[in-house]
Amino acid sequence: MSRIAQTVEGAREAGNKLLIPYLVAGDPDLASTLQLMHGLVGRGADIIELGIPFSDPSSDGPVIQRGVERALARGTCLQDVLDLVQEFRVKDAVTPIVLMGYLNPIEIMGYVQFVASACEAGVDGVLIVDMPPAESAELHGKLQAEGVDTIYLVAPTTSAARASAITSLSTGYLYYVSLKGVTGAALTDHQSVGEKIAALRGLTDLPIVIGFGIKDAESAQAMGKLADGVVIGSALVERIAKLPAHELQSSADLQHCTAEIAVVRDALNQIK
Amino acid sequence: MSDVDVASGGSLPGFDGPDSSGHFGPYGGVFVGETLIGAVEELARVYERLAADEKFWEEFDYELKHYVGRPSPLYFAERLTAACGGARIYLKREDLNHTGAHKINNTIGQALLARHMGKTRIIAETGAGQHGVASATVAARLGLECHVYMGADDIVRQAPNVYRMKLLGANVVSVASGSRTLKDAMNEALRDWASNVDNTYYIIGTVAGPHPYPQLVRDFQCVIGREVRAQSLEQIGHLPGALVACVGGGSNAIGLFHPFLEDANVAMYGVEAAGKGLDTKDHAAPLCAGKPGVLHGNRTYLMTDAAGQIMETHSVSAGLDYPGVGPEHAWLKDLKRVNYVAATDKQAMAAFHQLTELEGIIPALESSHAVAYAARLAADMEFEQSLVINLSGRGDKDIETVARIEGIEL
Repeated sequence: MSRIAQTVEGAREAGNKLLIPYLVAGDPDLASTLQLMHGLVGRGADIIELGIPFSDPSSDGPVIQRGVERALARGTCLQDVLDLVQEFRVKDAVTPIVLMGYLNPIEIMGYVQFVASACEAGVDGVLIVDMPPAESAELHGKLQAEGVDTIYLVAPTTSAARASAITSLSTGYLYYVSLKGVTGAALTDHQSVGEKIAALRGLTDLPIVIGFGIKDAESAQAMGKLADGVVIGSALVERIAKLPAHELQSSADLQHCTAEIAVVRDALNQIK
Repeated sequence: MSDVDVASGGSLPGFDGPDSSGHFGPYGGVFVGETLIGAVEELARVYERLAADEKFWEEFDYELKHYVGRPSPLYFAERLTAACGGARIYLKREDLNHTGAHKINNTIGQALLARHMGKTRIIAETGAGQHGVASATVAARLGLECHVYMGADDIVRQAPNVYRMKLLGANVVSVASGSRTLKDAMNEALRDWASNVDNTYYIIGTVAGPHPYPQLVRDFQCVIGREVRAQSLEQIGHLPGALVACVGGGSNAIGLFHPFLEDANVAMYGVEAAGKGLDTKDHAAPLCAGKPGVLHGNRTYLMTDAAGQIMETHSVSAGLDYPGVGPEHAWLKDLKRVNYVAATDKQAMAAFHQLTELEGIIPALESSHAVAYAARLAADMEFEQSLVINLSGRGDKDIETVARIEGIEL
């Protein structure tokens, strides 16, 4: 059983919601990201989404764009991200890691090399924002052959027929985009999220997690009630942006960055 | 005009991309976030329906004739021909269109699409400001709200066009992320579209982006090549031996080339911006010196580094300063139907002066790249042969740039 499947099953048995923080790999630097990953697991993260820095993040809002720019300023590349996962696995063989990013760095590395390296590093899932199912057959097939999940997005604008096709392809979990917009935008329409999630429940047994626009305990709890888990990204990256020295220098810095995740964990645990 | 039908609509047998999934061979496709998939699929459906509707093309052709001022002349450049000493050189005068470039052919078509789709809000990206001006113009013409995304650095470099857009009632939005130029403006336009997808139509300015954009922008620009066909037969008596056009995203070039793709005896040259030279990093020539990748919704040749990051490009001409190129060009390169070549900043500047002095026509710096290559090509051809340059835009917008580069204070 894959790490994602084990984590999902464990959460289900315990009646827990999945908490999935997102970090831009290399923001502010790779050593800090490694510490943050372990720190987030310590604070109750179930799965970590690791953003692959890309020069043109056209689905991301300003907070993650700036995180990406910080990572790129230090030259962080896809190979660094894969090395980071391998490094993380030295101390943590359990927590699933999902790479999230845009297709071009993977195209340029080549699918064969990417899949082999990702598998060897201990990557559990891949979510490519600008690779919808119609364009994903080749990479999806190669990932599947190595037991790595391909995770797809469903958006408020996704038609019912399309949602059905996406759920039938998805493995790992299904990522529901809570709003029409970019990462970090304000989430306002809770009711329509509830309706969409209910419709998706009829299509798949996969866990459904909600992302985009979840920024604190309150919004996490509201969305956690509707789904099996939440992704929290911009709020975390914002904290990293405000580090006084622009790098992780002390355990106090680590506490500062991950504190909100502990609060969100508590809020999610109250849902039961 | 001769008996060649220049009315819009209709399709070409062979070389007839894209396929039903929006691909030109391995290129093109739909690489956008899930939030936008519904919008591009709706656009593809609406366009497929309207493209089969003669009334839509009549509406389009009416605007081209009465608002844009088409057909644009095919002009025999007698003194340039004599100076080059080879093939007879003709200029397709897209510079004489309303707003001064070929861009309006596309924005008229897309604004009509927006109106048919009931969209009330137009967004566009722009580099030099030409597409932004053309979008703001048609938005004013059709009474649509218009927001133009423009890199913060470009806003400074192209102040007159920013003011033009504002005069036309558009809201110009400064983009300060990334390299603060055209590609970042396109990222920001995509973000706006995802956030306002219900009421917003995104007018992409070139033959790139997710399907169906490369197809529909091409179809709107093909009026250029159809007119050249008819004008060549009437004025020259046969089809031209060669066609030359500059390629940034590639919309003016595909508009000229596409109606000739089946004519084996018509050679085609797409001229990219070699900037300071293809052996430097300072150029914008993905077809000549890049490799295939995925950006802004399509797979195509890109300026990308070994890690897959999009590189900053350089060209003296802002309209060619883009790291990608339309997917149909990528396909035509691989098929070897079109020759993709490049001209440097210096060559383009020299051609800018040459055409101005010999013909009394100030070309856009973009089009000057085509003039530069065509002058060399013509010299290797015979006087019995003819060559058509797509003079895609006029150079009034560039005189400050040229003066600055040459150290002249205005």
